[in-house]
Amino acid sequence: MATAITKTKKFKLKRKFLEKTERKLLRKDKIFTAVIITLSAITISPIVLIIYKLISSGYRQINIAFFTETSPDTYEAMLAVNEGNIIPGGILNGITGTLFIVGMAALFAIPIGLLVGIFLYENGTKGYTNLIRNLTDIMQGIPSIVLGLIAYFWVVKPITSGFSALAASVALAIMMLPLIIRSTEETLKMIPISIKEAGLALGVPYYKILFKVLIPTGLSGLLTGILLSISRIVGETAPLMLTALGSMKVNFDIDKPTSAVPLLIWEFYNDPNMVDLIWSSSLFLMIFVLGLNLLSKRILANRSK
Amino acid sequence: MLNSEKITKIVLYLASFIIILITGGMVLTLISGTLPVFKEFGFGFIFSSDWDPTQGKEKYGALPFIAGTLITSIMAIIIAFPFAFSTSIFIGELYRGTKVANFVGIMVDMLAGIPSIVYGLWGFYVLRPLIVDLGLSSQGYGIFTAGLILAIMIIPYATSITTEIIKMVPNELKEAAYSLGSTRKDVILKVIVPNAKSGIFTSYILAFGRAVGETMAVTMLIGNTNIIPTSLFGTGNTMASVIANQFGEADGLKLSALITIALLLFVITGIVNWIGKIIIKNLN
Repeated sequence: MATAITKTKKFKLKRKFLEKTERKLLRKDKIFTAVIITLSAITISPIVLIIYKLISSGYRQINIAFFTETSPDTYEAMLAVNEGNIIPGGILNGITGTLFIVGMAALFAIPIGLLVGIFLYENGTKGYTNLIRNLTDIMQGIPSIVLGLIAYFWVVKPITSGFSALAASVALAIMMLPLIIRSTEETLKMIPISIKEAGLALGVPYYKILFKVLIPTGLSGLLTGILLSISRIVGETAPLMLTALGSMKVNFDIDKPTSAVPLLIWEFYNDPNMVDLIWSSSLFLMIFVLGLNLLSKRILANRSK
Repeated sequence: MLNSEKITKIVLYLASFIIILITGGMVLTLISGTLPVFKEFGFGFIFSSDWDPTQGKEKYGALPFIAGTLITSIMAIIIAFPFAFSTSIFIGELYRGTKVANFVGIMVDMLAGIPSIVYGLWGFYVLRPLIVDLGLSSQGYGIFTAGLILAIMIIPYATSITTEIIKMVPNELKEAAYSLGSTRKDVILKVIVPNAKSGIFTSYILAFGRAVGETMAVTMLIGNTNIIPTSLFGTGNTMASVIANQFGEADGLKLSALITIALLLFVITGIVNWIGKIIIKNLN
């Protein structure tokens, strides 16, 4: 009888202990989950805060003139600020400059990038192909400021003998190249090989297979890669400071200094009278970059449907 | 006899050769630009902390900038780690496949889309006053502010790879642990993390490579003093930001010094990315 009682007692004690441990474990688990959620919430707070700041400080300056007029000089801006008005003028020289420089960079980088991507896809993992692949990876890691410096020595000094849009495009094109190359190779790899083989079996010459089969089939993937690479370079400032320099006028000469939206932001930032313009210009730049991003994701989503 | 097959092949080879020309040309340009500095200071340039552009007694050294770059980047990784790691767990495991996870993923991706100069502006007008208000430093500039903005900038890079790796951990392993009575915390910390650790490590190495090369945001926040940083809230300079700041007015020996710093930056990012690549290769 006595032993039976101690046994149930022991059993009860054990159960209590186990329940306690379980509760402890579950509580720890809950705390862990709570910590993860809190830290994740903090992680996404900067993007919300940044967008809020850009909109709340920038919307006042956005009007028609912002898109149709060139940037004001510091005296005009000072007068307007002193009277409590919004700063006259806009960022037309920056918008045209960005489109000009980025467009030219894309013109250089897209054909070469596509061809090298096709080359890597065609030639597997031979020694030379791997060398190209590794060099592409190295290029992707080079800081943009170094590319600006390189373009300065390759273009600004010997070719245009002065700061120029061309130099900026060269720097940005080198930045775009590895992105386009890798996305092209990855896209082509995803196309079923039987499609290509069907063409080859019919005796179609290879360049025709490229242009009539591979590129059309992978078009959305290629386009996504190109758009993403453009969205990566549109906001670049550092390489432009060493190459395009900036200009107050709208310029479409490839050998003249040219402005760009990021360069204008940098100028406004350094001029106490123009500070009000930085937020609207940044807002514009960010909408442009995010728009490109969204567009490329939309293209990809449409393909996978 | 040239036929279309051969022409296609030649065109492709020529295109690939452009890559060699560009990378080789870059290395040559940088190396030839460093010659004056190398003649004047030798390898001592890397270990010297002098930066004196006075005509006649010019002395240059890269140590303050190398130190500034490494300190800010390491600080960025340390600050970013808990946040990026939690977010990866959030997206890749805890709320995997849900709308919330999707939303958080998009928000983190958007961080990668913000131009560097916008981060700089935000850091200057929002973060810097905050640091002054907290009494951490009188001006708000410095190593800490730069490290903080870098941390925010690299979060998307660290998060995206880690999330992919966490998603790749086989379900059987997790189910086995659950069936033995493990809690979610145990599964994450004792099954998922050990299985994914080299992948997680790589994503932080690649994020580090990004931080090393960042220019504009750091330039606007670090204070730009050419000294080895002495305290967490002291000012300093990084390799990228000294090039951006001083290039416009540089010639002669100073220009060569800046090119040498660019070459060092090129080499450091190259090594960091190469290490990351080797680890990824071993993963597969």
